[in-house]
Amino acid sequence: MRTGSGARSSCWPKNGQDCMMLAAAAQEERLMNIEHVLARKGATVITIRPDQSIREALGALALHNIGALVVVDEATRPVGILSERDIVREAVTDERVFDRGVSALMTQDVIVATPADDLKAVAHTMTEKRIRHLPVVEGGRLVGIVSIGDVVKAQRDAYEGEVATLEMRIPPERP
Amino acid sequence: MPDLGTEAHPLRVAIVGAGPSGFYAAEHLLNHKGMVVEVDLFDKLPTPYGLVRYGVAPDHQKIKSVTVAYDKTAGNPRFRFFGNVEIGKDLSVEDLSAFYHLVLFTTGAQTDRRLGIPGEDLEGSYAATEFVAWYNGHPDYTQHTFDLQQTAAAVVGVGNVAVDVTRILLRTPEELAKTDIADYALEALRESKVTEVHLLGRRGPAQAAFTNPEIRELGELPAADVVVRPEEAALDELSKAELDRTHDRTDLRKVEIIQEFAARPLTGKPRRLHLRFLVSPVEILGKDGHVAGMRLVHNVLQATPAGTLSAKPTDRFEELDVGLVFRSVGYRGVALPGVPFREDWGVFLNEKGRLLDPATKEPLPGLYAAGWIKRGPTGVIGTNKPDAGETVQQMMADAAEGKTFTPKEPTAAAAETLVRERQPQVVTYQDWKRLDALEVQRGRAAGRPRIKFVRVEEMLAAAGR
Repeated sequence: MRTGSGARSSCWPKNGQDCMMLAAAAQEERLMNIEHVLARKGATVITIRPDQSIREALGALALHNIGALVVVDEATRPVGILSERDIVREAVTDERVFDRGVSALMTQDVIVATPADDLKAVAHTMTEKRIRHLPVVEGGRLVGIVSIGDVVKAQRDAYEGEVATLEMRIPPERP
Repeated sequence: MPDLGTEAHPLRVAIVGAGPSGFYAAEHLLNHKGMVVEVDLFDKLPTPYGLVRYGVAPDHQKIKSVTVAYDKTAGNPRFRFFGNVEIGKDLSVEDLSAFYHLVLFTTGAQTDRRLGIPGEDLEGSYAATEFVAWYNGHPDYTQHTFDLQQTAAAVVGVGNVAVDVTRILLRTPEELAKTDIADYALEALRESKVTEVHLLGRRGPAQAAFTNPEIRELGELPAADVVVRPEEAALDELSKAELDRTHDRTDLRKVEIIQEFAARPLTGKPRRLHLRFLVSPVEILGKDGHVAGMRLVHNVLQATPAGTLSAKPTDRFEELDVGLVFRSVGYRGVALPGVPFREDWGVFLNEKGRLLDPATKEPLPGLYAAGWIKRGPTGVIGTNKPDAGETVQQMMADAAEGKTFTPKEPTAAAAETLVRERQPQVVTYQDWKRLDALEVQRGRAAGRPRIKFVRVEEMLAAAGR
């Protein structure tokens, strides 16, 4: 076996840099996925029905301080998504937008995620396709929504965690 | 109370679970600028550090030096450790609410997810975490036995626990004897007949959850050759397209390492690690109640609408000749009476760490969670630091608004009286340091980082209880 892996150190790679990387990395659990992002977001998803008005939708966006609403049918299956941007775009040309129905303005062709989707893949998809909100569905049922802000925070926490782990590696070993 | 959080009336917090999250939360609380906070950190075991002591592999000692930071936190005069005290048994959550303003759970993810396939409960099929707890000398697992007389083992999953278990199975007694592995485990592994370990990943090389240093380490085992099938190391079109798009250097490097393994010849080392990709167990086969093999299905990758490359079973099957199975496909938290639990994800129902009433989805005053019991089992040790920080932020905001329990006796002395009444053999941090010093001293003579005490009675004796 390699030398330098005595009782005080059982880190096999050759140099200290690798050892530190190993120290940080070897604790890696399963890759973060959407389930882990949702777990700390509570269980409430703000939804709206397609036959409700844009006025009601704006009320809900303002009340909950969010940027998008998942549009659901009677069985709480997602049938669309309505973002503040959808409303803004329409309001430019249509002064009476407030009285219109949600179904008229919502995006119907919604990309959805599942709790098992990789955070990394979802981050990539959201950036590439310029999606800011992704409904999360499990067994046809809406279980949450992930915003680009949630994704950025999850990634930032992951990086911060790696840095924190490395920093903790710096103190000298106990005698 | 208008003067809550002052020298006269400190905010009193009970933290349940002395793993990394418990210590990081304590650190954040004690360093809070606005309020004077006192922290009592409980653990059901006499020893602190949770998975750093009982999870991190014995051949990764350097990772365990994170405890230096925890010792610093423990040195704060407003911090106390109450080891060997189990919440839910010695004390109830209701008891805590009579002596503390806030209660924070950092109880981790204590059980395994199941594979959900036939044969899972055959003799010789084990949860990988049980094996980990056993070789690390966790007092609840010292009596477990593992059938190491088999020559071939399958380890299902490619997370860090799966990789740890694989490494420990393939290291020689001489290598293990330099670690702080439990003595009985060292003896059992000395007699191990296991020479073939099949590490099974359901997706491809580019999607494997292990990190590059981890996988490189698998290729440097002194007594085991690593074997990768070239056809499984090769990237499929979807993975190739994704890597072309993302140019993720870590993933590219990972694939490179795995493909380099596939090109290696056997060098005649006595043991072999078969690193497999794109396979999932569909059945554990048995004979006379014992594992006698495993039926695998070969997978292909398909993209989900959100962009994840996920495994899809084909109609190609394979039988693996193994007598031993370690299951490592994820972990779940354990519910606690009176605490809202999300059964589907195995976490406490919470929003940024505030526990929620399942009926109203409104915060339950006084109750919080951090770490794996809050977000699920993911991230490195240090990930729990920002995670605990987020929870502590909510706790301090709530405390400032008076949203706390209204304890009858919010004093350190009253809490200690109760604890000692319910559990006379409580272990303090000072007691632990005594135990720690003895373990290190025992190890020094043998050229090992420490020799662990593994039974609660001997721990208590060593701690001077």
